Amino acid sequence: MSKQLPDVGSSGAVPPPRRSRIVLAEITRQDTRAERTRAELAQQTQVGEALVRGLVRAQLALALRLSLVVAIGLGGLPWLFAIAPSLGRTTVGGVNLPWLLLGVASFPFLIGVGWAYVRLAERNEQDFTDLVQRPER
Amino acid sequence: MGNDFVVPAIVAVTLVTVGIGFYGLRLARTTSDFLVASRAISPTWNAAAIGGEYLSAASFLGIAGLVLKYGVDVLWYPVGFAAGYLALLLFVAAPLRRSGAFTLPDFCELRLGSRRLRILATAFVIFIGWLYLVPQLQGAGLTLATVAGSPYPLGALLVAAVVTANVALGGMRAITFVQAFQYWLKLTALAVPVIFLALQWQADGRPAVTPPDGPTFRAATTVVVEHRATLTLPDGDIREVRPGDELTFAAGDPVPDVSGVATDANDWLLPSAAGDDDRGLFATYSLILATFLGTMGLPHVLVRFYTNPDGAAARRTTLVVLALVGAFYLLPTLYGVLGRIYTPQLLLSGQTDAVVVLLPEAALGDGLAGRLLAALVAAGAFAAFLSTSSGLLTSVAGVISTDVLGRGSVRGFRLATVIAGGVPAVLSLHVSGLDVSQVVGLAFAVAASSFCPLLVLGIWWRGLTDVGATAGVVAGGGAAIGAVLVTVLGPPLSGWPATLIAQPAAWTVPLAFTVMVAVSMATRRRAPADIAATMLRLHTPEALRM
Repeated sequence: MSKQLPDVGSSGAVPPPRRSRIVLAEITRQDTRAERTRAELAQQTQVGEALVRGLVRAQLALALRLSLVVAIGLGGLPWLFAIAPSLGRTTVGGVNLPWLLLGVASFPFLIGVGWAYVRLAERNEQDFTDLVQRPER
Repeated sequence: MGNDFVVPAIVAVTLVTVGIGFYGLRLARTTSDFLVASRAISPTWNAAAIGGEYLSAASFLGIAGLVLKYGVDVLWYPVGFAAGYLALLLFVAAPLRRSGAFTLPDFCELRLGSRRLRILATAFVIFIGWLYLVPQLQGAGLTLATVAGSPYPLGALLVAAVVTANVALGGMRAITFVQAFQYWLKLTALAVPVIFLALQWQADGRPAVTPPDGPTFRAATTVVVEHRATLTLPDGDIREVRPGDELTFAAGDPVPDVSGVATDANDWLLPSAAGDDDRGLFATYSLILATFLGTMGLPHVLVRFYTNPDGAAARRTTLVVLALVGAFYLLPTLYGVLGRIYTPQLLLSGQTDAVVVLLPEAALGDGLAGRLLAALVAAGAFAAFLSTSSGLLTSVAGVISTDVLGRGSVRGFRLATVIAGGVPAVLSLHVSGLDVSQVVGLAFAVAASSFCPLLVLGIWWRGLTDVGATAGVVAGGGAAIGAVLVTVLGPPLSGWPATLIAQPAAWTVPLAFTVMVAVSMATRRRAPADIAATMLRLHTPEALRM
């Protein structure tokens, strides 16, 4: 195909078709690269393997970071109440602080962490998709 | 109990459950429809169904009962039950959906290609499923006995029969609608009465939850003791009471101290402090670990993820579930707190699990409003038994039909349902003395020590081998099952052994993870050859599928 096109260009000697030919060639080459990256993923070449490893590592790091937030935010409470009993006697609006923290505040906190995770995990996946579909960036 | 609205309300819930089941049956045409609802369920419906399935007898009745009895320390139950969905979201939801596994044994085979591990996982699914089903049926028996005066076996067998028939005839599509409906019913059944209870509490002049002289009876009360206990009367006398003993108190009498119950205001109101009891702190952390990590290993929870169209939808569904479940868990605590004021006799009788169903009439009197609200709460409680039992039964029947009977047909599934429902029904008749919340807690501990490490390491660690996974499940899950058996069948323990056995997760979960990692590293050569393809499938977005 690419060998035939120069023949047409040389016989007609018209510049515009030559220009369009370059654009076409570029698009074709871009597609081939994206397909090659997809194929690399499917065939588990070293490049594809590295891409997937990167994604898995990013998602795991995200999950572990947010678990740490929960482990400190909620998991620290029993220990905190144990070493600082005066905290348990503190009242807010007539209700003791531990009751408010555990019975009410913990649920919006968990939902907030979950919401952040869904957003960030989807962003990681989007980054991965962009990387695979536009390898030149 | 002379409430003539309760039985019609329970009958109505049961009929609607069966009715929606038949509506679903008309929609279910193919085997695929029947088993996994053709994956055509919207995230909102699916999330409500997951929430409806998850909020069990332990959530609806047990938490309020525990709060009434023990106070602030047991608030970790609702927090942990909700946080379990966050752990599921962070580590399991999307990859599990992408794996295409329908059940936990499916996941084992997909990830590690081991038949032996699949059989082991099947055994654990059935064990956890039955361990969780028995207290649901038991709760049904106790509730019907409390509110309608029926004999205990009636409620248990009624729920077992309705659920078995419904699952066998309608399959998954039917229970998706049933359970979405039941989530909203359960939320309404606790939320509406709470408004009336709060107004009544205002009208009564905001009586203190922890009066300085300890709780008192608001009206003349006769208590029939259900569990053996030691009472310390206000004048310092100590009295042993046995089941069947009747105690009479006049209005304004103080509630005697009951052994094993936080009657003292400070014990109930304040978290356990360091120094005086490290076992309390250990038990709290053990409970946190079991509930945070156990949810992902419950068989009826995972089955639901297959009904999402893709990994991203699985994630969003889980987030909606977390919000729905979190909203629900705000309510049972209020029942436990108000129970301190209006139903202190439950502390003496030992029937604290009944606080949710008895509170409306105790606080509002047996006028029309009180009776209607009591009927609503009883209906919600039955929705809890029916929906959780349906979900458990579907997943246990699913693994029995595919892994034990070896048939994927609709007829095989129906036969499996009858087997899966019959065994816990028989068991529930023999264990009426077991504590509902504790058995549910143990089911979480077993799930957290077996399937949680298997899923987390299987999804995130390439080095997991079939031998390592098997060894970890046998060590951690086996230790947790041992703790369950000692609790249920063994002699009463005291001191550290009692704590380690009653709340085993803090040592069985690390044990399972350690054994799984160590044995996998020792058998590195057995890691599956197709691990790269599996990781690609688990973690890459569906849009890139070739």
